[in-house]
Amino acid sequence: MSNIPAELRYAATHEWVRPEGNGVYTVGITEHAQELLGDMVFLDLPDVGDEVAMGDDVAVAESVKAASDVYAPITGEVLEVNEDLEDSPELVNSDPYGDGWLFKVKAEDEGEVETLLDADGYAESIEDE
Amino acid sequence: MTNKTVLHAKHLEAGAKMVDFFGWDMPINYGSQIEEHHAVRRDAGMFDVSHMTIVDVKGPQAQAYLRYLLANDVAKLQDKGKALYSGMLNEAGGVVDDLIVYFFDDTNYRLVVNSATKQKDLDWLAAKAEGFTVTITERDEFAMIAVQGPNAKAKAGQLFSAAQNEAVAGMKPFYGVQAEDLFIATTGYTGEAGYEIMVPNEQAADFWQALLDLGVAPCGLGARDTLRLEAGMNLYGQDMDETISPLEANMGWTITWEPTDRNFVGRDVLTAQKAAGTDKLVGLVMREKGVLRAGQKVTVAGGEGIITSGTFSPTLGHSVALARVASSVTEHAEVEMRKKWVTVDVVKPSFVRNGKSVL
Repeated sequence: MSNIPAELRYAATHEWVRPEGNGVYTVGITEHAQELLGDMVFLDLPDVGDEVAMGDDVAVAESVKAASDVYAPITGEVLEVNEDLEDSPELVNSDPYGDGWLFKVKAEDEGEVETLLDADGYAESIEDE
Repeated sequence: MTNKTVLHAKHLEAGAKMVDFFGWDMPINYGSQIEEHHAVRRDAGMFDVSHMTIVDVKGPQAQAYLRYLLANDVAKLQDKGKALYSGMLNEAGGVVDDLIVYFFDDTNYRLVVNSATKQKDLDWLAAKAEGFTVTITERDEFAMIAVQGPNAKAKAGQLFSAAQNEAVAGMKPFYGVQAEDLFIATTGYTGEAGYEIMVPNEQAADFWQALLDLGVAPCGLGARDTLRLEAGMNLYGQDMDETISPLEANMGWTITWEPTDRNFVGRDVLTAQKAAGTDKLVGLVMREKGVLRAGQKVTVAGGEGIITSGTFSPTLGHSVALARVASSVTEHAEVEMRKKWVTVDVVKPSFVRNGKSVL
């Protein structure tokens, strides 16, 4: 069973969201997602300053197995991207909820986060797969 | 029903992620496919290849039969234990399977064929044997373990008896020898030195464990695929199949045209194809971000083509692929990736040998 931290919120498309305060949220992909994809080889991240809308494909996680779209779980502006992934894409595998984060978004409407799944909801959604 | 090799329990014990591989429950990786890949390039790794099919061909007409069955000519084999890679073709010149044949004497050969095509191959071998005095015997009492990498031979040697070490001493690549209860061959599917070892089923788990204890990394089908692709070796069903001529699959070197009076299955069609010209299998190299994948369309000078195998190359740090393209191809090609066209380099289909880039 994969690790699904209780304090995060999730999109059914396997992204997680962590509040950092001041309306800023860190986004990554879940442990379950990285397990499905296998060893990560490239991350194609959005540009800082990009305006993204919930559900947009904004990044590509390319693993040995497949290229997979990553969707913006919330609407807002991209404030920062994880530049360590350029040289160490494997961080997404080894530490998906920590050093393997993808980008940070300044939320346009923090209420949107409440519409995401909680840990139990995400756990249920991946059980059905 | 899912088949399991005799090493299945060892894979589960090592925490392997298992997948269905043409009816066999096989390890795809034991954690990280890339780490397994590097273990083979830098040290030693091992693969359970017990799902492959071992077939002995014996009898007074064994040589005549194989000279008819295979596009490569077993008459070239003169040294006991010498192996040959060949396509086994149908009448239309398509590849029924690719295989390795070991020569012991003119009446005694051993074949190793793919697992995915096992029943088809056995049926084909039997059908083509009509009129020849041969016996064809599957040897499923053996497991097979491939130990590959720069330190593979030294590590495996620690498990061999004195007689076995003597039997393999100085053995060149592409030979096999029966030494006591092991058949030890200097073959592989990675582009590294090493052995493929046939072990009696009942000893296989202990042999595997002993290799583990020597620090040989267990490697799954994922690493096997990236290693063989870096080495520019074809995968049956992906880079060629029954509808593809060996001339279109970088297997022209495995067709022995001389002597011209040797009749082998598919010869007439191949001769016509050779005269008319065919597509060819080339290597593609992309140094920018992204991964070339099987099925992507390719455009080349004077024609087009398709990627048959593509991957991220862990050794090179960028993507490589095999593609079947028009023979008018020049040094660059365009590949359609995620709705845009990317320019890549065209090379001979071989990327890494003995741990080093050959680009």
